[in-house]
Amino acid sequence: MNAEVRQIKTDAERALAESYAAAKARLPGAGPVGALREQAFKSFETEGLPHRRVEEWKYTDLRAVMREARPLAGAPDAAAIARAKSAGALVGDIEARRIVFVDGSFVPELSDLKDLSSGLTIRSMAQALTASDPLVAQHLGKLAASLGDGVVALNTALMRDGALIHVAKGATVERPIHLVFAATGETPASVFTRSLVVIEDGARVMLVESHDAAAAHQVNTALELMVGDNAHVDHIKLTGGVDGLVHVSSLMAAIGARARFNAFTFNTGAGVTRNQLFVRFDGEGTLANIRGASLLKGKQHVDTTLVADHKAPGCQSREVFKAVLDHESHNVFQGKIIVEPGAQQTDAKMMTRALLLSEDAEADNKPELEIFADDVQCGHGATAGALDQNLKFYLMARGIPEAEAESLLVQAFIGEAVEGIEHAGLRDALMAAVVAWLKARET
Amino acid sequence: MNHVGSSPRAADDDKSWSVETDMALLEVTNLHVKIDDKQILKGLNLTVNAGEVHAIMGPNGSGKSTLAYVMAGKPGYAPTEGEILLDGADLLAMPPDERAAKGLFLAFQYPLEIPGVATMTFLRTALNAQRKARGEAELSTPEFMKLVREASAKLEINPDMLRRAVNVGFSGGEKKRNEILQMALLAPRLGVLDETDSGLDIDALKIVADGVNRLRSKDRAMVVITHYQRLLNHIVPDVVHVLSRGRIVKTGGKELALELEAKGYAQYQDEAALA
Repeated sequence: MNAEVRQIKTDAERALAESYAAAKARLPGAGPVGALREQAFKSFETEGLPHRRVEEWKYTDLRAVMREARPLAGAPDAAAIARAKSAGALVGDIEARRIVFVDGSFVPELSDLKDLSSGLTIRSMAQALTASDPLVAQHLGKLAASLGDGVVALNTALMRDGALIHVAKGATVERPIHLVFAATGETPASVFTRSLVVIEDGARVMLVESHDAAAAHQVNTALELMVGDNAHVDHIKLTGGVDGLVHVSSLMAAIGARARFNAFTFNTGAGVTRNQLFVRFDGEGTLANIRGASLLKGKQHVDTTLVADHKAPGCQSREVFKAVLDHESHNVFQGKIIVEPGAQQTDAKMMTRALLLSEDAEADNKPELEIFADDVQCGHGATAGALDQNLKFYLMARGIPEAEAESLLVQAFIGEAVEGIEHAGLRDALMAAVVAWLKARET
Repeated sequence: MNHVGSSPRAADDDKSWSVETDMALLEVTNLHVKIDDKQILKGLNLTVNAGEVHAIMGPNGSGKSTLAYVMAGKPGYAPTEGEILLDGADLLAMPPDERAAKGLFLAFQYPLEIPGVATMTFLRTALNAQRKARGEAELSTPEFMKLVREASAKLEINPDMLRRAVNVGFSGGEKKRNEILQMALLAPRLGVLDETDSGLDIDALKIVADGVNRLRSKDRAMVVITHYQRLLNHIVPDVVHVLSRGRIVKTGGKELALELEAKGYAQYQDEAALA
């Protein structure tokens, strides 16, 4: 026993420790993976569940949200698998390769692994862990360890399945890959999915993750994404679900030189959602667009926490995050741009805007800049406010009813973020989702 | 006391429209409006018949734009007293969109820019919303496109402009032309033009005025609000009113505008102060 280990206090933390102790022998991967899990769990235990006195978790007190920890999800039953067939519908009818995970387990019969294009490898993380895939040994847990984040450590300890994707040097994957994460089991459970995506130099791929949940699960999902020099990667994450769901997600990306990286997170609310994005610029001359949009209602709570870490010189990053809040919903945006010593000629601009449709909604915007180089351009802006009443009057004076006028203005507001998505079909699908959300609001 | 009778032209036209032949198109009675505790309109009366163009002239601060906003239903511009009837219907009881569907159109003095809302989407949404409110079928895309193409060509509006967001990056003149384009498409019963000449050079003024003149018809009325007589050389009114300190203090024919241009508003401000 390590003397640093903090006394475990909460029921949830105790339950997680019991779950880990009971499950560790059965979780996939032995040897070095087992050691990785063990180390990660210790690291989690030291801090416990993050709470409001931890600055990064100030607005999302996970310890308070997770009064209890759900039991680990078992293998999905037939009903959960059947329900997962319609999961990920938010992407619309775009032509994509579906890889499906139900309650945290890969489901081959719902997944399309046929005719993989040259240079593309996809396998289940559980298989890769069991079979000691060399990519696992080479990359898994490396980015995670550099961050020292508690919920990522918990994910590493309890990871069960996910996707392992490799795109070879120079390969172009034409068909987007759609990772469908469906927590469709009826009994609330803890779901830990972990994916690793390695894109070699000069490769090109578009990755869509969709997360749906049918019950009050506790989902902890993490993705380590390695992007090589001159690669071009789009990553889109769509998250929805039901009240009572706790969804914690961590994207950890390391981007090489002269690459193009476009990330987009789209949230239509899911109880409590925490989206962490850690993007590290390891090579010079890379262009990144990191955007997101959230549409929240009821008592939904979405926290987007972004760290854009410029380690290399001459990279350009643009961060645009928009939120529309109705009822008593709560949106949090914490965005930190770090420019490390030597990352000269960094050009980073961050903008976050919240539109409040209700008196009771809350938006917290916390932009931060940490700059240790002297020849850089960095900026941030944050706004929060109601719909412009003058614009609404102008539209209504032309005969457009109030609800429709508001809808047009909200679409325009969200559109500014969504238009950054390069795939036209997905852009249209998301705008259709925005229209549907607004329509539901009218009734 | 400031009641205005029909002009001869309107009287001829009255026979041709089927609705309520003896009813004025617009009837404003005893309108009182307070903004931020300041009494702006103090018992304004105005009657406009179908086919007529009325000009409302007055010095700055006389309540001209307030009248326009009250008619259109801008939030914060609710009257404390009085009545506005459009074809007999109580406008003040309706939200702005219903007033528009009923046939009221306000051309804004300062048209707003709406980033992210495409001009064509805006025009089509407005037109179809009004048609729907009146129980008419929505226009098909080809029908709508044809209508917009024809109307914009007459106003010398570059098709590129229509591909942009509403009024975003438009010059002052383009914005005013866009207002008239909207009026042409929405074909209202009553067009209220609030200082449509402000910010226009002489060429743009002529294009806008021609656009308005093309829309004059026996079934439609216009209320042209302006500070200067200049616009009225191009849009020749049937009736001219002088608005001062919240009331209409004089009503006459088009020659009244010329008299105002020559003598200024001073005499009417004094009269209003004494009243």
